[in-house]
Amino acid sequence: MIEAVPLSWYLVLSAVLFCLGVAGFFFRRNIITIFMSIELMLNGVNLSFMAFSFHYQQVSGNIFAFFVMVVAAAEAAVGLAIILTVFKNRATLDVDRINTLKY
Amino acid sequence: MNTIFFLVFGIIAVVCGISVVVQRHPISSAISLIGVMGSLAVLYLQLGAEFMAAAQVIVYAGAIMVLFIFVIMLLNAGSEQAGKTSGLARVVGVSLLVALFGLLSYLVQRLFAGAGTVHFGAFRGGTVRDVGRTLFTTYLLPFEVTSILILIAILGAIVLARKEID
Repeated sequence: MIEAVPLSWYLVLSAVLFCLGVAGFFFRRNIITIFMSIELMLNGVNLSFMAFSFHYQQVSGNIFAFFVMVVAAAEAAVGLAIILTVFKNRATLDVDRINTLKY
Repeated sequence: MNTIFFLVFGIIAVVCGISVVVQRHPISSAISLIGVMGSLAVLYLQLGAEFMAAAQVIVYAGAIMVLFIFVIMLLNAGSEQAGKTSGLARVVGVSLLVALFGLLSYLVQRLFAGAGTVHFGAFRGGTVRDVGRTLFTTYLLPFEVTSILILIAILGAIVLARKEID
């Protein structure tokens, strides 16, 4: 058993989470699940920031992850408000049926 | 010990991440996402980021996910129906995703293969003291701009979600 984890394992885990988020973003239809996939991508990126913060022994990575977290919170608030408005007007959460802008 | 911790919580994170993507019901996805965030908090702790691990649990798994679950329950969102995606689109999408993941891991292996290892306790710069000091000196301006961003987000959410008053 190796006693220390290579840095690249963290980065690969981060890539896995990011790709899962991309998959959810493209394959899901429920607008709330799509939103959660975006959060999953942001979390994957945050893990990369932490790993690099450790690697370079600097706290800046933590600060950037902090800002990502703040932006995610703001985005969740506004995005969920938009979802509420869409649901009030269309009575559906299916992105395939919210396509008026296409025509 | 480091490896065991990483493997256990990394596998929990990946399994919960897959569950976020494949679950049909939004509530199941949200609960799985909380699992991802919790295990990521443990990994942050292992990387020496104490403050961010706490913030991950409080802000992400606490505040943001409560907001999500609140909206899911408010809208009474049910399971989504199976879509009418063509098989070709699905095949192309999955293969492109695999290509993206392959490219990312290839670059990681290429650039950071011998980049050292992670021991718990080797980096002690992520404490509340260090994060706070850096945040309020070097990154003071971005921090203040962030407060304006939050204010705008609050106003936007209120304006978007309010009831129309005649």
